[in-house]
Amino acid sequence: MDITAMIFSLVKIVAVIAYLYGLLWVLGVKLKKVEIAGKLVDPSLGVNIFGGVIAFGVIQLALTKFNGFSLLNDFDSGLLYQACTMTMVALGLNLIYGFNGQFSLGQWGFYGIGAYTAADITYRWVNGDSRGLVVVGVGVIIGGLVILLIGKFLSNLRRMPVLSSFTLYLIGSILAGVVAVYAGKLAAPLLDPFLGDSLNKGVLAQGLPMQVVFFLAVVFAGIFAAEVSFLFGLPVLSLGSDYFGIATLGFSIVVYTLMVNSDTILPFPEMKGGRGMIGIPKLTTWFWAFLFLVLVIVIMRNIIRSSTGRSILSVREDETAARSMGIDVARTKLMSFVIGSFFAGIGGGVYAHFIGFLSPGAFDFLVGFNPLIIIVFGGLGSMTGTITASFGWIFFLEGMLREILGKISPEAPSWRYVLYPLTLLLLMLVRPQGLLGSVEWGFLKSKIIPLRKSETREGVNNHE
Amino acid sequence: MQSVSKPQKPPVIVSPNSFLAWIGKIFLLVIGLFAVYILAINLFDKPYLFAQNVINGIQLGFVYALIALGYTMVYGIVKLINFAHGDVFMVSAFVSFFAVERFALHQWPQRLFPGFNPSLSTVIGTVTTILLSMVICVLLAITIERVAYKPLREAPRIAALITAIGVSFFLEYFGLLNFVFSARYIPYQRPFEVVTWYIKDGIHLVESGVTPPDGAITISNILIIIIFATILVQIFLQYLVRRTKIGIAMRATSFDKPTARLMGIQVDKVISFTFAIGASFAALGGVLYAIAYPSIRTLMGVYPGLKAFVAAVLGGIGSIPGAFVGALIMGQAEAMTSGYISTPMRDAIAFSILILVLLIKPTGIFGEPEKEKA
Repeated sequence: MDITAMIFSLVKIVAVIAYLYGLLWVLGVKLKKVEIAGKLVDPSLGVNIFGGVIAFGVIQLALTKFNGFSLLNDFDSGLLYQACTMTMVALGLNLIYGFNGQFSLGQWGFYGIGAYTAADITYRWVNGDSRGLVVVGVGVIIGGLVILLIGKFLSNLRRMPVLSSFTLYLIGSILAGVVAVYAGKLAAPLLDPFLGDSLNKGVLAQGLPMQVVFFLAVVFAGIFAAEVSFLFGLPVLSLGSDYFGIATLGFSIVVYTLMVNSDTILPFPEMKGGRGMIGIPKLTTWFWAFLFLVLVIVIMRNIIRSSTGRSILSVREDETAARSMGIDVARTKLMSFVIGSFFAGIGGGVYAHFIGFLSPGAFDFLVGFNPLIIIVFGGLGSMTGTITASFGWIFFLEGMLREILGKISPEAPSWRYVLYPLTLLLLMLVRPQGLLGSVEWGFLKSKIIPLRKSETREGVNNHE
Repeated sequence: MQSVSKPQKPPVIVSPNSFLAWIGKIFLLVIGLFAVYILAINLFDKPYLFAQNVINGIQLGFVYALIALGYTMVYGIVKLINFAHGDVFMVSAFVSFFAVERFALHQWPQRLFPGFNPSLSTVIGTVTTILLSMVICVLLAITIERVAYKPLREAPRIAALITAIGVSFFLEYFGLLNFVFSARYIPYQRPFEVVTWYIKDGIHLVESGVTPPDGAITISNILIIIIFATILVQIFLQYLVRRTKIGIAMRATSFDKPTARLMGIQVDKVISFTFAIGASFAALGGVLYAIAYPSIRTLMGVYPGLKAFVAAVLGGIGSIPGAFVGALIMGQAEAMTSGYISTPMRDAIAFSILILVLLIKPTGIFGEPEKEKA
C-alpha cells in the first residue's frame, strides 16, 4: 500500500479546494475607496480582476512544463478540465433544481447537445467545411430573434393554451433552421477556400481565428442548448414536480438515442453514431476552461443576486405566494431552466474539446445522475457547495480512488462506484441537506440573508 | 428619473374557438394522424406482420405490467420513485439463473425421486424457482426499505429520492463487479423448453430447426404463461386491495397517513408490505422476462424498470388498472416502433409518447385530478 501516493492525492484535493476558495475570496474582495488625484476611486474591481488573473496564472504556471517537468501532469490537468465542465453543468442544475425547485433529470441531455454541437462545428471547420459554424450561428441567432418576436406577440394575449404557443414557437424555430441551412449554403463557397483541409490547414483554421471559432462554437452550442430547452420546457414545465422529472429523464433518453443514431436517423455522418465521434480538435486550454468557469460563476451569481434571482427563489419557496406577489411563475421557471441548460451546453462544448472524443456512452442517463448527486452533496441552493462538490467529486472519485485502487489490483478501481452510492446513502441518512446546506463563501455570499428551504410544504400530505 | 408609464393596450383574450387556440390541437392531431397513417399502411400491407407485432407488444407489455405494479403501488403510498425496483427485477433474473444453472432447481423432484413424472417435475421445479426468486427479492426489498427508506420518511422528499438512486446505483455497480454478476451478457438457461406454434390455416407446432412458412403468426408457450401469470396477478391484487384487511389498510395509508395511523393501522408495516408485494411481482416479471428474452446482464433492469415506471405514469400513477393499461400501451409502442420505424428508436418513441400524454392529460389516463396544493 502506497501511503505517499495517498497523502499526495489528498494534499492535491485539499490544495484544489483551497485554491477554489481563494479564487472565490479574491473575486469578492471589497476595499475602501481611495483618493487618487482628488477623486474617490473604488479599487475593488481592479483587485478582483487582478486576483482572478493571478489565480489563472498560478495553475497555468503549474501546468507549464519546465525541462519536461510540470507540477501538474496530464492526468491532473485532465481532472482539472473535467472538474471545470462538471462545475458548469452542476451549477446549471443547481439553478434549476436547487434555486428554482424544478426537479430536472434532463441536464445531461443538454450537456450532450452542447458537446455534440460544439464538436461538430469545430470538426467541420478543421476539415474545411464552414457550414457547421454558419448554420448553427445563423440558426441560433435567428431562432433567438424569432422566439423573442413570438414572445412579444404572445405577451399581450391572455388565456393562450400552452400547446398553441409551443406550436408557434416550434414553427418559428423550424423556419429559422431552414433559413440557417440556406445561409450555410450561401456562405460555404466564400469561407471554405480559407479553411484548407485536415492536412494543410488554411488561414482561418489555425492560430487566433481558430480560437475565435472555438469560442463562438462553445457559445453557440450553449445558446442552442438553451433554445432547445426553451422549446422543451415551455410545455413540460407546467407539469408537477415528479412528472417534470420523468419528462426530462425521457428527454435525456431521447437525446441519447438520437446520439446513438446520429449517422443513420440524423443526417450527421461525421458523428458516427454509437461508434463515437473522433478527431475533434483539442482546443480546450486552461485559459478557456478557466474563462468559461469564471464566466458561468459570475453570471449565475449576478442572476441569483438580482431581482430575477429573488423571484426564482420565491417560486421555489411557494408558488402561490410568489404568484400573488405578481411574479410570473411560468416565465420564471422557464427562465431558470433555459439559463441552466445554457450553462450545461457551454460545459459540454468545453468538455468535447478537451477530451477530443465523444461517444454516446458518456451521455447515458445513468451518468446523468452525477450532477444531481453533486448538487445534493454540496447542498441544494449553495453555489459554493456545488463548486466544492464538483471538484471534490472529480478529484476524489476519478483521481484519488482510481490511482490508489489501481495500485491494489487492476480490478479494484471499479469498487469506487460501489463506494460512492454508499457514501451517498450515508450522507442522506446523516445530513440530508448536503455538506454545506445553503452556506455561501466570499464572492458568492449574498447581501440578503438566504431563504431557508422548507421542503415539507411540498409534500404536506406525504410526510406527517 | 421618473419613468412615464405609457397607457397600455388591454390584453387580447384568446377565445377557445379561435385559430390561435386551436393551433396546438391541430399540431397534436397531425402527429396522431401521421402515426395512424403509418400503422394503417402497414396493417393493409402485411396484416400477419402487424398481428405478429401486436403479439410481440403484448408479451412485452404484460411483463412491463408486472414491474409497473410495484412502482405504482409504492408511489401511491409513499410518493417515492423507487429507482431500485428495476434492479430488484434484475436480481430476480440472476437468482433464477443461478438456481437453474448451478443447482438445477428446475428439476429437483426428478433429482430427488428418480422416476418422477418428468413434465410434472419441470412444472413443480419451475414454480419452485420462481417462488425462490420471489422470496429472495421480497427479502431484498424489505431490507432496502428498512435500511434506506424508513429512516428518511420524515426527511424532505429529495433525500428519499436520492437514496433510491443511491440504492439503485449500489445494486448495479455491485453487480457489475467481476466476481458478482459481471458486466457480460450471460446466456440464460431456461427451466423448460420453449414450444412455438404458428398460426396459418390452423395451429401447427414449429419443429426445431424448421422456420415457419411466410405469412404465419408465431406464438410461444412463454407468451401464454406471461399473459396468464399477469392476469392472475391482476386479479389477485384487485382482490387483495379491495377485499382484504391489509388492502384496505394500504388504501387508507395512501390516502391519508396520519389519519390511518390514528385508526390503528401500523403504517410502517403496511409500507413494508407494499414494497414486498411490488418486489414479488417484479421478481415474477424478472424470471418471465429472462425466459422470454434469454440473455441477462447486470444493467438489464434499468430500461425495463424505467419503461415500467413510465407505464405507471402513463396510466395514472397510484392506479393499479392504470399501470396495466399503461404497460400495454408502452409494449405496443415499443413493438410497433421496432417493427415499422427503427429498432434503436424504440426508447425515444416510448418517451415521446409519455411526454405527449403528459401534455394532454398530466395525471395519466386513469389518474385522478391532482388535489389543490396546500
